[in-house]
Amino acid sequence: MSAHAATAHTAHTAHEHHETGFVRTYIFSTDHKMIARQFLFLGLFMMILGGLLALIVRWQLAWPETAIPGMGRILRETGGILEPSTYNMAFTMHATIMIFFVIMPILAGAFGNFCIPLMIGARDMAFPFLNMLSFWTTFTAGLIMLSGFFVEGGHAAAGWTSYAPLSAVAQYTGVNWGQNLWCISLFVMGVGSMMGSINYITTIVNMRAPGMHLFRMPLVVWSLFITAILLLLALPVLTSAVAMLLFDRTLGTSWFAPSGGGEPLLWQHLFWYFGHPEVYILILPAMGIASEILPVFARKPIFGYHAMAFSMIAIAFLSWVVYGHHMFVSGMSPALGMAFTVTTMIIAVPSAIKTFNWLGTLWGGRIQFTVPMLNAIAFVSMFVIGGLSGIFMASTPVDIYIQDTYFIVAHIHYVVFGGSIFGAFAAIYYWFPKMFGRMTNGVLGHLHFWGTFIFFNATFFPMHIIGVGGQMRRIYNPMQYEFLQHQQHWNVFITYSALLLGVSQIPFVINFFWSLFAGPKAPLNPWNANTLEWTAPSPPPHLNWGDRIPTVYRGPYEYSDPDAREDFLPQNQPPVGAGARRH
Amino acid sequence: MTPALQAPPRPPAERRTNGRLPPAPPDFGDDGDGEGEHGPRRGLDNLRLAVLFFMGAEAMFFGALISALLVLRLGMAAWPPPLEPRLPIAVTGLNTLVLLASSVTLVTAGRARRRGEPARHVRWLWGTAALGALFLAVQGYEWIRLIGFGLTLASGVYGTTFFALIGLHGLHVLAALVWLLVTTALVARGRFGEGRSAPVQACAMFWHFVVGVWPVLYFTVYLI
Repeated sequence: MSAHAATAHTAHTAHEHHETGFVRTYIFSTDHKMIARQFLFLGLFMMILGGLLALIVRWQLAWPETAIPGMGRILRETGGILEPSTYNMAFTMHATIMIFFVIMPILAGAFGNFCIPLMIGARDMAFPFLNMLSFWTTFTAGLIMLSGFFVEGGHAAAGWTSYAPLSAVAQYTGVNWGQNLWCISLFVMGVGSMMGSINYITTIVNMRAPGMHLFRMPLVVWSLFITAILLLLALPVLTSAVAMLLFDRTLGTSWFAPSGGGEPLLWQHLFWYFGHPEVYILILPAMGIASEILPVFARKPIFGYHAMAFSMIAIAFLSWVVYGHHMFVSGMSPALGMAFTVTTMIIAVPSAIKTFNWLGTLWGGRIQFTVPMLNAIAFVSMFVIGGLSGIFMASTPVDIYIQDTYFIVAHIHYVVFGGSIFGAFAAIYYWFPKMFGRMTNGVLGHLHFWGTFIFFNATFFPMHIIGVGGQMRRIYNPMQYEFLQHQQHWNVFITYSALLLGVSQIPFVINFFWSLFAGPKAPLNPWNANTLEWTAPSPPPHLNWGDRIPTVYRGPYEYSDPDAREDFLPQNQPPVGAGARRH
Repeated sequence: MTPALQAPPRPPAERRTNGRLPPAPPDFGDDGDGEGEHGPRRGLDNLRLAVLFFMGAEAMFFGALISALLVLRLGMAAWPPPLEPRLPIAVTGLNTLVLLASSVTLVTAGRARRRGEPARHVRWLWGTAALGALFLAVQGYEWIRLIGFGLTLASGVYGTTFFALIGLHGLHVLAALVWLLVTTALVARGRFGEGRSAPVQACAMFWHFVVGVWPVLYFTVYLI
């Protein structure tokens, strides 16, 4: 690779060895790769917590009001039985943690930080100090969120959507400081993610290596670019909404309280105006990751590079005009509901373009079923199921009957677990060699993947069935409803599957930590991929490359070119003859 | 088929780039413009770009607040609600002119900077800060009077929206004022000399943004 690097043209003087102390290297680091690892560890830690919360919710639904094994020590007064208020808290915090402190930190935080500078050929982010501040702001938000579990009255229990007036008046849920801390935490998280997104956008606009045109950027960078723009513009709406909610609860304002002239529906408008772009914030990076991994392991160029980039741009635009489909039963005028149905159907088109292009990429490829590839294929297939059930929800006549049932629970988990989490696993397995300089174990990886894939489907697919059967989301005890009792066996089946889904994550944890310390050393380019991060050492040092940053000569997906010597052509490999003009 | 319609022969792979994209620029050597290793830049520098994006986020923040106000007041039979104090439209109108004038003085300061007159530059910057401070002082005085008349944050939706929107804007003016004062002090010490004016311009961008939001707020909160 040094031969390629030598053709980079501009002289660079910034490369020097920094001997920094432990604190500056591992804790208050301004290096984008260390910040990426910090986000990854934050997200994985929170994922364990969010997963355990889901399991206690599942236990309650399968075997209502029985003691949960191991919870006797935590729920002392009830001897391990989940009370309705605790149950509400558990599902509220499961969703809040998974969305804001697992998927966003892992996909946007960790892989945004890791991939953007390395894949566009920059030595670091545009504002390294702001980057560090962004992580520690998010970390503080996480601490505030966790502190809510220990306050009087318990944590927020009004659902992750925190609909007013339920969330706006403390007496309704009996939660006082829990909900306040929930608001404060999301406010702080909003500030942190704004810092991050400004950094990402500026870096991508201004810091690309020579020759890295916008349309030579890897698609994962495109997806993170668009995600950052959505984050930048959507999060401030949530920030102002949670500030209003907090003021209503603490300062006696009347945004959402009808007694003072407020309007409860206003919360839904503000929340979903943020909330729908948020859905794409969660899924777009995973789409980018799949677009990155499929060509590498199919040994084929991505099918329709420009269509992929433009469909992501289309999704970003359309995501602002579909939010009303979350509010079909809020008394919305049918004409407006129809308009939102149509826009929602339209947003399925760019998503379908992406799906067909992924399939086109796989078609006729020499597919290598590595662990990252399996996770990426799982992403595509699960995203298709989640996308199709989304069409049901988008159509008002159907939605009126299945809204707020387990059908929507199944839908969101197919998109956010089947989509985003499989995308996150794919990214972790794919970039682990570059991130930590060591290879992961394939056997444990396959074990983890197949367990997760099988039990994910066993957990969430039956939810479509019980949802159409009428089981409402967020109910405490399905056995209290006569019409739901005949399908209780499904709830038991789902809970067994969910427990096994949890068990399936054990190989991942073992694999992650074993590989971190004892995995075989990773070569420079273990997957024979084209993009620039594989030209830096594994793991890349501070400032990523040696004396010169790479120069880019071609797009990122030139695989299996019949005229090339090898089946891949790295982006920085100069065309023959271009090396003649050296300085 | 005529030769003109035949596809050109495929060059060997190492010579090709992807599709219709041109090959990498043959030479972006270091032309001594201090642009670093990323080749010559055409657009804004990082700092001003970041402030621009920050302004986008802030616009969404105020957009959410303004649309909340509109939703709430459309749901009310009478606006302002009966028995609530009336807002001081005339005084605030004059105050609006004060804030707009601060943008003009800032533009004048920028012109002085580009002409290379540092003393005038600093003088106009201090003038801008003084106008901003005057705006805040008048706002604060009017707030005290309104609270005296019984309009508070907790006195119903009218007080809620008024104090939240105007107060959050006031906080932004305060933050912009602190930023401007720090910048001006540094300019007065000669920190941002020839060709290093990006931080001054970034600060000016944010100031203009805060000024630009105000007429919208004045119109939606006070006038309609």
